Amino acid sequence: MPYDRLVQVGRVAYVAFGPETGKLCCITNIIDQTRVLVDGPSSHVSRQALNIKSLHLTKYILKFLPGARSKTVKKLWDSHDIKKNGKNPVDFDRYKLVNAKQAFNRIVNHEYNRLKKKNKVQLAKKTKKVKPRKFVAKSQRIANKFKIFAAAPAAGKKK
Amino acid sequence: MKAKGNLREYRIIGRKLPSPTLKTPPLYEMHIYAPDEVQAKSRFWFFLRQLKRVKKSAGEIVECKVVNERKPLTVKNFGIWLRYDSRSGTHNMYREYRDLTRALAVTQCYRDMGAKHRARPSTIQIMKIKRLPAKECRRPHVTQFHDSKIKFPMVNKATKRLHHPRFTTSRPHTYF
Repeated sequence: MPYDRLVQVGRVAYVAFGPETGKLCCITNIIDQTRVLVDGPSSHVSRQALNIKSLHLTKYILKFLPGARSKTVKKLWDSHDIKKNGKNPVDFDRYKLVNAKQAFNRIVNHEYNRLKKKNKVQLAKKTKKVKPRKFVAKSQRIANKFKIFAAAPAAGKKK
Repeated sequence: MKAKGNLREYRIIGRKLPSPTLKTPPLYEMHIYAPDEVQAKSRFWFFLRQLKRVKKSAGEIVECKVVNERKPLTVKNFGIWLRYDSRSGTHNMYREYRDLTRALAVTQCYRDMGAKHRARPSTIQIMKIKRLPAKECRRPHVTQFHDSKIKFPMVNKATKRLHHPRFTTSRPHTYF
């Protein structure tokens, strides 16, 4: 599988550890193999150097030149609507969504299973009410058959 | 000197104490990279004693100020000329680092020298540090970042939460 999320200028990233945990930021410049200069003017991340290890890359890229000013970054960020509650659910939002879905499903499944169980019990009760078939000997059955042809009683004893 | 934490740049000016023979002794200025003021002053006297006939007991520090980086949020390339004692002799070196401030570059240098040459901070003397434009950089580990369209993936990121959970049936997520 080729790498599609690259550390590059403009990449939006989620800060996973450190004092800025939980915030989104944008890579404005690359310092070296381990550190990047990061900025998130609209997400309360001050312009600073962060270790790449503390970032989770998202699939979103903003387009600007390396080392762009905070003003430029903010303009692009706002125009692309990359906020936590924006129309583009970013990773953090998706994570919340997944968790919410799981919680919802758990409740639904629990209720469903409960009803199913209740239903099973009711079904069992219903089947008990059904009378078991009366055992009629084969000879009798044959006799009854003929009786049917002879007198035609209402109840068909041949069950 | 103990290069603890991030070093700071100090501008220290000192002179010999005035005496009847020398009413206004000349001032000497040095830029010292040290973790704190106390170590900076100590380092200042160490160098000054080597270069001029002044001792701490016969001199005074006129000024000891922290020098802040003019633009700490732009990435720069620094060339550092230094002198250090190895186990068998003393050598000059030229090293390059890419960082945000001079002080951070020197910090990187101390760490690097410790790692690659086992040089202790007390044996390292920073002779000169200069900010370099990209075309003057010589070291490949610095010039490889001189690409405006640089991009690289985060390869197989080791997870920090090794013990949460410690035992599990699913492999940890290393792709971000």
